[in-house]
Amino acid sequence: MKSGVLASFERLYPRRALLGIGIVYAFLVVVVPVLNLAVPAGSALHVSDYTVALAGKILCYAMVALAMDLIWGYTGILSLGHGLFFALGGYAMGMYLMRSIGTEGVYGSTLPDFMVFLDWKELPWYWRGSDRFLQALLLVVLAPGLVALVFGFFAFRSRIRGVYFSIITQALTFAFMLLFFRNATGFGGNNGFTDFKRILGFPLASPRTKVALYVLSATALLSALLLCRHLVVSKLGKVLTAIRDEESRLRFCGYDPFGYKLFAWTLSAVICGIAGALYVPQVGIINPGEMSPANSIEIAIWVAVGGRGSLIGPVLGAALVNCAKSWLTVAFPDLWLYLLGLVFILVTRFVPRGIAGAMAAGAEP
Amino acid sequence: MRLDTAQGPVLYLDGVTVSFDGFKALSGLSLIIEPGELRCIIGPNGAGKTTLMDVVTGKTRPDSGEVYFGEANDLTRMSETEIAEAGIGRKFQKPTVFRNHTVLENLELALKADKDVFSTLRAALTAGQRRRIEETLDLIGLREQAGRRADLLSHGQKQWLEIGILLVQEPKLLLLDEPVAGMTDEETGRTGELFQSLAGRHSLVVVEHDMHFVESIARTITVLHEGKVLAEGTMDKVREDPRVVEVYLGR
Repeated sequence: MKSGVLASFERLYPRRALLGIGIVYAFLVVVVPVLNLAVPAGSALHVSDYTVALAGKILCYAMVALAMDLIWGYTGILSLGHGLFFALGGYAMGMYLMRSIGTEGVYGSTLPDFMVFLDWKELPWYWRGSDRFLQALLLVVLAPGLVALVFGFFAFRSRIRGVYFSIITQALTFAFMLLFFRNATGFGGNNGFTDFKRILGFPLASPRTKVALYVLSATALLSALLLCRHLVVSKLGKVLTAIRDEESRLRFCGYDPFGYKLFAWTLSAVICGIAGALYVPQVGIINPGEMSPANSIEIAIWVAVGGRGSLIGPVLGAALVNCAKSWLTVAFPDLWLYLLGLVFILVTRFVPRGIAGAMAAGAEP
Repeated sequence: MRLDTAQGPVLYLDGVTVSFDGFKALSGLSLIIEPGELRCIIGPNGAGKTTLMDVVTGKTRPDSGEVYFGEANDLTRMSETEIAEAGIGRKFQKPTVFRNHTVLENLELALKADKDVFSTLRAALTAGQRRRIEETLDLIGLREQAGRRADLLSHGQKQWLEIGILLVQEPKLLLLDEPVAGMTDEETGRTGELFQSLAGRHSLVVVEHDMHFVESIARTITVLHEGKVLAEGTMDKVREDPRVVEVYLGR
């Protein structure tokens, strides 16, 4: 039985690569938590809470990059609106976290603070049941999934492609941002949700809860990686790359690309939503800024830097760019966006296949 | 030469007219292709050869006229995907293969199979399909290259791979748009032999500029001019037709 499981993993990656992935995962979920929780703060080996929080955040971003690679790198559809799906998953989790505050808010009401502030007397209908965790989980998948499904249905049915599709996705996330900015929409307006206290009864401020969320993020990322890898090595994955490379030929082979695009697109959105849901309790805030067009463009940059169509590449790209970001936005806050733009131009010009592509080229004789 | 089960023509076009902004790419074109036939279509640029292919594969809808595949399939009402599924394969002018897939994967993608998302996700090659791919590899002479990325093939090999992609779909009718363009003489010769061997099992319609090639393979030739059939018959008959000499051969 065990060998059967191993064999099915070896179909995904060669043994050495599996070992590498396993070691990185073990390091992230065993070594880092131990160094954080068990090693005293004064020790040189201690990993700070700040580092764990940053790593957790980056793991969520990496998951988004993975989802982006599935739709852009493999299927050839550049989305400049993936930040929307990330934010929707985040808001779905945020609703639950807001309700979990209970009466500990500033106004001591059972209603979330922003509703009291707006002088609302009761929860709007779409907040019904939002205090139930299972419902929140369902919503994390359904909200981005349904938005993607409906949008994708019309866009792909009309055979909207290339740069036109990218521009429309950019407009989509912008439109949602404006919608969520409104107080009347019922999601906290421009302040969004914050001041979370606990998740499933565990205090969010406690280092143990933080580590648990971080470990969960690493596990979700690993699962998403293996799932995406399973898809891209299957015949379905070959169809996706065929859509990217030669869509009309594929049509003449008797495939209707519509269903394939819709599947990859919706799945990609759902993965983003799950990443968003893991992100929000770790950073403690979600607001419409996550839906800003610039955020979605940044996602595309992670993937371009890491290397499209390699899955591992975009994960590395997201990690690298965000590590650089967390350092540079402190060191040179005014320059960050210029540097990011410069990196994008340089990568596109000199390493079009990204880090992963450059590494693969280096490995070939 | 006939397919044993088929009755009547494989392809039937009658009075087909297509216009783009007033320009008539096809004007009242009529054409009949019999089962197992190898037909060559020639004509000067703008004669409507590519439009004809587009109409048959559903890419362009005719303004008027009838287009039937066999007796039952009204091609003017079917989508491109449905037409491909019904058994019409098309080779483009420029070789279009899936360049980042291996030769084997190219053929695997094209195989006759359930082509919806969830069947494809679970798909694994059956013994029959594997055999079918191997037969096709032999037929197109790419067995040695089976594991190579299509990108790395020579121009002629790409053209054969594209023909292979069509063949594994087991089409009744093959439309081939300038299949020997850019091939060496030797490759052209081998392609001619391949077509000869396919005729009978499939119906072939070849659009070609290379007159030597046409002469070497064709039994019946159709000459198009300004969206209409100008002449039809054997090479010798067509060559002697004064109208053909005037618009095409005599230039």
